[in-house]
Amino acid sequence: MSDIAERVKKIVVEHLGVEAEKVNENANFIDDLGADSLDTVELVMAFEEEFNVEIPDDAAETIVTVGDAIKFLEKNAG
Amino acid sequence: MFDLTGRKALVTGATGGLGGAIARALHAQGASVTISGTRRAALDALAGELGERVHVAEANLADKESVEALVPGAEAAMGGLDILVNNAGITKDNLFMRLKDEDWDTVLAVNLTAAFRLSRAAVKGMMRRRFGRVVNISSVVGATGNAGQGNYAASKAGLIGMSKALAAEVASRGITVNAVAPGFIESPMTDALNEKQRGAILGTIPAGRLGTGAEIAAAVVYLASDEAGYVTGHTLHVNGGMAML
Repeated sequence: MSDIAERVKKIVVEHLGVEAEKVNENANFIDDLGADSLDTVELVMAFEEEFNVEIPDDAAETIVTVGDAIKFLEKNAG
Repeated sequence: MFDLTGRKALVTGATGGLGGAIARALHAQGASVTISGTRRAALDALAGELGERVHVAEANLADKESVEALVPGAEAAMGGLDILVNNAGITKDNLFMRLKDEDWDTVLAVNLTAAFRLSRAAVKGMMRRRFGRVVNISSVVGATGNAGQGNYAASKAGLIGMSKALAAEVASRGITVNAVAPGFIESPMTDALNEKQRGAILGTIPAGRLGTGAEIAAAVVYLASDEAGYVTGHTLHVNGGMAML
């Protein structure tokens, strides 16, 4: 597993207070991990901070699963 | 009660009578305060009076870039932002049929759009810190309307609706968003009224007197305090009974 994937999962676990084993790449933030719409905004903010990258709103809207976040950040971060 | 020690506040329109009173009151409760306004000399004078825990941020709220620099600047100066008071407001009164587009646009831009942009920017950090207080200074006129103030009344009513919508969104993160709606307050504007005008206004106020800036500031201090943590989406009317809403 990539370093980025590890860091993304850590942020999701910490922020949503979910068990680590639930946070797989197919997990949908809202449907599977119990996030509300505000949580998803906060997650994007946390990713931006952790990876020192700006995630534009139209890109943020496409990030609905843990895998989406990892893919975006692998392509765009550092 | 209402101790604000360690809290960091940004007050817009701090060179006005009301904004100055609000900045003084927050500061007196122990908060650090960033005072913003258009008049540098007046800001510096207020900063000099308050002494420590004060930062000055000159800003023109009709200008988008100036507005967008304000919250990051205040956060950098104070190391965070816990309390945002959107107090800045202007009037460009005229009978509705004579209101020019630019008078409408300018009043809405300064009184409402700037408050939107500042709140949007401030809430970001507040969410992260799980604490925040946004206090929007509305007006009795936002609830009752007033002849000759179609633009001003719209902007002040807009602040109330905006406060409620934002309050609903961020309540779960320890952030409250409220409005304070002053009635007639002693200020250079009301000092300029003649005796007859003054008498007519006082006749509509059951308390029989104008309010003071300190009385509005006290309402802001309350809403900014930890004690008011369960009050959100509210409009606190401070008007001597002029309109009982």
